[in-house]
Amino acid sequence: MVELKTSRDTAAPAHGLTADDLVVVPVRNHGRWVAAAASLAALVGLVGSLAGNDNLRWDIVGQYLFADLIFDGLFTTLWLTAAAMVLGLALGTLIAVMRLSSSPVLYGLATFFVWIFRGTPLLVQIIFWGYAAALYKYVMIGIPFTDITFFRAETNSLLTPAVAALLALGLNEAAYASEIVRAGIQSVDTGQTEAAHSLGMRPALTMRRIVLPQAMRVITPPMGNETINMLKMTALVSVISAHDLMSNIQDVYAQNYQVIPMLVVASLWYLALVTLLGIPQAWLERRYGRGTAQAQQVSPLQRLLGGTARTARVGNRVMNKEAGR
Amino acid sequence: MSAPTEHVEGVPLVHAEGVRKHYGRLEVLKGIDLTVRRGSVCCLLGPSGSGKSTFLRCINHLEKVDGGRLTVDGELVGYRQHGGKLHELREREVAERRRDIGMVFQRFNLFPHMTALDNVIEAPVRVAGVARAQAREEAVQLLERVGLADRAGHYPSELSGGQQQRVAIARALAMKPKLMLFDEPTSALDPELVGDVLDVMRQLADEGMTMVVVTHEIGFAREVGDTAVFMDEGVIVEAGDPRQLLVNPEQERTRAFLSKVL
Repeated sequence: MVELKTSRDTAAPAHGLTADDLVVVPVRNHGRWVAAAASLAALVGLVGSLAGNDNLRWDIVGQYLFADLIFDGLFTTLWLTAAAMVLGLALGTLIAVMRLSSSPVLYGLATFFVWIFRGTPLLVQIIFWGYAAALYKYVMIGIPFTDITFFRAETNSLLTPAVAALLALGLNEAAYASEIVRAGIQSVDTGQTEAAHSLGMRPALTMRRIVLPQAMRVITPPMGNETINMLKMTALVSVISAHDLMSNIQDVYAQNYQVIPMLVVASLWYLALVTLLGIPQAWLERRYGRGTAQAQQVSPLQRLLGGTARTARVGNRVMNKEAGR
Repeated sequence: MSAPTEHVEGVPLVHAEGVRKHYGRLEVLKGIDLTVRRGSVCCLLGPSGSGKSTFLRCINHLEKVDGGRLTVDGELVGYRQHGGKLHELREREVAERRRDIGMVFQRFNLFPHMTALDNVIEAPVRVAGVARAQAREEAVQLLERVGLADRAGHYPSELSGGQQQRVAIARALAMKPKLMLFDEPTSALDPELVGDVLDVMRQLADEGMTMVVVTHEIGFAREVGDTAVFMDEGVIVEAGDPRQLLVNPEQERTRAFLSKVL
């Protein structure tokens, strides 16, 4: 017969302490404090040197930061970003579904689209749309090989720089978004489609109600990335003078030669906008994470502030895993 | 055990004649003949790879039938006969016919982004066009029936496997099917959770639901089944009264299988 001893019996005698009296001491990260101090010192030095540099001309920066011309450009940049992303996501989803279709025609068309718009530089595409009038002087809609036309207009009057910019950015985005959406759709378990079909749901309804909402969880983070990229890529449309933020900044420094201060103005605004974009992204990720462990994820601020939040998250995940069995 | 309101006595609900299915060169169903009467419970047994799950999936056209005839309630599944040819139906038409056939999967396949209640009302509202309030009322009753009324607002990830499977059964029942297909409904469950799911299925059988069940639960097949069908390598080896077949099989292969499972 084996005699059983509890841990308390064995731990007690050494220092006259019982197991309950013992205190857990976390690892002390001395290196972390040293690294933090060194980084801070370097940062202060860098900021100090920039602030004290007369060539930066903070007075010019201040003078233009809230100028009307800059706000006009910001407005264009913002609507261009939003419209191009909407166009890109809508068209991209359509192309993703086409690429997953069993029809070789749809698959071929979609693949061709992605091949063209992902395979040529965005800058080339922007200039192409900007100068499309050199290719076709008129845009006509009618019945081919007859004189019947329903619509006819000069290309230049339709393809204003803003429209050309929107087309270029939106179509290019569609090619990239389609790959992201396709990956999202493919990440959803086929059992989901089968369950929906077994309930009598048609393919289109299954896609809309069952597959896409689940795919959104995978799609949202990279699409947030794409939105941030798009906001900055709008700067490229300055080559066709679409009057976005960067176009207007260039117009200013072409006259006053204050290139660096004007670029600082542009950078400050882009940085501010990108920071703001993080908010809707975090909200979307929570919205589409419903029903999964990630739904209870802590905010980035909470994570930065300490370890307690993170342990809570891991705890939640473990709990969910157990419940899911 | 037969249902009180039988439609046309004599016409079987499921009727299969020489059903064939192959993946490339691999023949998984080599001519299956099977009849399931209204209100009866048919249990399909056999080793993995015997084709029993594939046959079950053919019944609601999740798998295409390559040869033979398969009808549910007198209608061909997934095809329309024109002279000597079977024309495959469009997805829309297949979806229409699937509404009457409920299916429960081994891995539950609940919609993870919806609560238990939303899982149950999704198809009645979106497919059958039932008013939301009414669908909700019926869904609550169904969840009550499977013993999960208090879990209506939970997401699938917050439910145990057994609870998820019972929600899945309620979801299938919400479309008021005339036939229920079960594909190894308890195989992914912890042993202590199997009983709850089998209880719900037993209750369903008592109420007269026609059921085709692929299962490894010999006890369930013996107690609840009206017919037991033993399949191996794409053919039906033996079929009959489960109390006879599972206790004293005629075929050597059935005996060998049962001796391993029991």
